[in-house]
Amino acid sequence: MDKPIVFKQVSYTYNDQSPFAVGALHDVNLTIPQGKVTAIIGHTGSGKSTLIQHLNVLVRPSQGQVQIDEEVVTAQSKHTSLKALRKKVGVVFQFPEAQLFAETVIEDVMFGPQNFGASPEEARQIAQVQLERVGVGPDLYERSPFDLSGGQMRRVAIAGVLALEPQVLVLDEPTAGLDPLGHHQMMTMFSQLQKENNLTMIMVTHQMDDVGEYADYVVVMEQGTVVKTGTPQEIFADPQWLSQRQLGLPKAMAFLEKVHQRISDLPKLTPAPISVDQVADYLVMAKQEQGQKSATRPVTEEAIQHG
Amino acid sequence: MDKMILGRYLKLDSWIHHLDPRTKLLASFYFILIVFLANNLATYVALTGFMVLAVVLSKVPLGFFLKGVRPLILLILVTVAFQVFFMRGGQVYFHQGPIMITQAGVIGGAFIFARLVLIIFMSTLLTLTTAPLELTDGIEHLFQPLTRFGFPAHEIALMLAIALRYVPTLMDEAGKIMNAQRSRGVEFDQGSLMQRMKSIIPILVPLFISAFNRAEEMALAMEARGYRGAQGRTKYRQLTLTRQDLFAWLGLVVLTGILLYLRQF
Repeated sequence: MDKPIVFKQVSYTYNDQSPFAVGALHDVNLTIPQGKVTAIIGHTGSGKSTLIQHLNVLVRPSQGQVQIDEEVVTAQSKHTSLKALRKKVGVVFQFPEAQLFAETVIEDVMFGPQNFGASPEEARQIAQVQLERVGVGPDLYERSPFDLSGGQMRRVAIAGVLALEPQVLVLDEPTAGLDPLGHHQMMTMFSQLQKENNLTMIMVTHQMDDVGEYADYVVVMEQGTVVKTGTPQEIFADPQWLSQRQLGLPKAMAFLEKVHQRISDLPKLTPAPISVDQVADYLVMAKQEQGQKSATRPVTEEAIQHG
Repeated sequence: MDKMILGRYLKLDSWIHHLDPRTKLLASFYFILIVFLANNLATYVALTGFMVLAVVLSKVPLGFFLKGVRPLILLILVTVAFQVFFMRGGQVYFHQGPIMITQAGVIGGAFIFARLVLIIFMSTLLTLTTAPLELTDGIEHLFQPLTRFGFPAHEIALMLAIALRYVPTLMDEAGKIMNAQRSRGVEFDQGSLMQRMKSIIPILVPLFISAFNRAEEMALAMEARGYRGAQGRTKYRQLTLTRQDLFAWLGLVVLTGILLYLRQF
């Protein structure tokens, strides 16, 4: 897939043309860069999940058009090549463990590839690779997925999506409800996978830390439309604007803000550091610079207290 | 499924909405019963007049009722067609081979049509104006006298209340699971009948599993909050009959009287 995904004036209404019609998206214009990590953030109910359902044509726009690869999807378009499109775009839904159904773990992961025409042997091979990737060992292959722990079920479900070998990976809060270690492992795994295969990755998240650590591009949604797009630097440059939209800064950035408030002569960096690593690098550098200064001008305790 | 109107509740502030759910339940059943009293044009006009009054009082837009009828339109048309083609009597309008359309047929068809539409309108009115929990409260009260004979009125009402509460949740969940499996390449609307039936399994299994899990969690949460069954429970929502209910019943009694009178002609 070499083309970005483009939304042109997309609107979507649930229960269209019924008395219970609810508008979910309106006038969405958006270009999702290819081969990058895009984070979609926004308040609960801002239309994030509806937006990602357009990405593999689970819903068709009520108005406007979505261009995915060569395919242009509009309200009228009929789909013969829909299946091919669904193989290109893999979606990990919220709480994906709810989609497990097969008798054994391995069969469940094999299910996707087989639907797309892989032979059982091929499917088994793919399943083994993907299960290994998510950290599920061969001793679990023949177990029932319902015997596993919540975290393991999540891994198996994610392997089931990765087994489609998609070129676009869509993640709807993939780590919601995982423990910190599981969260870290999962995000690292996704990040590696994305880099190795140059995937287009789209993640919906409420975790600004993840946005800061992993995203190249950020889309902010509010009340069913896109209100801002840009690099994480651009988006996080205005904390007030974000907090008005019930959003915040990554912890590392918020921490740096506090440091800046206390030490006013600390030089500010543009673009501002965002991830934990960047903030740490910046502070080390600042300390070294200060060390050089203090060699010529001794710092008294008083001077530190008054900045 | 989202276009289904029958069985949904529309929150409005109207005369009908404020009626006691027991009144609404019994009155709907009663109305459906007296629909069968009607046997000529005048009686149907009277019933329709009453229905129109109820619809106006409920403030529910007419569109909802028309959409409520829509899923059943085929059933209605087939029934009407049977009447028109097979009832014989009176003046013959059309006759060719075995097909014969007579006056009795046409009138019978029209009556059946009116009857079905009236019944559907009334049931739609009941569910559109009564919140599910009100309905179960009403049912519990109405079954209360039967507890003397060992009938588990409270348990049945509780099950009803929980079932109704979880209908939208389970529908939601089914939709989500369906989407997830579609993303994994399942196509629900393609292939042979056998294939289509097979494609239901990846939805049904997770749905049942999640229903089991939900039931377990819910039972635990209820016990943790001190639920011990019907004995010694008080009620948060008290049902009280008001003057409005009296008027509603008076209306129905008057309607019955009118119907019985008009029937003779």
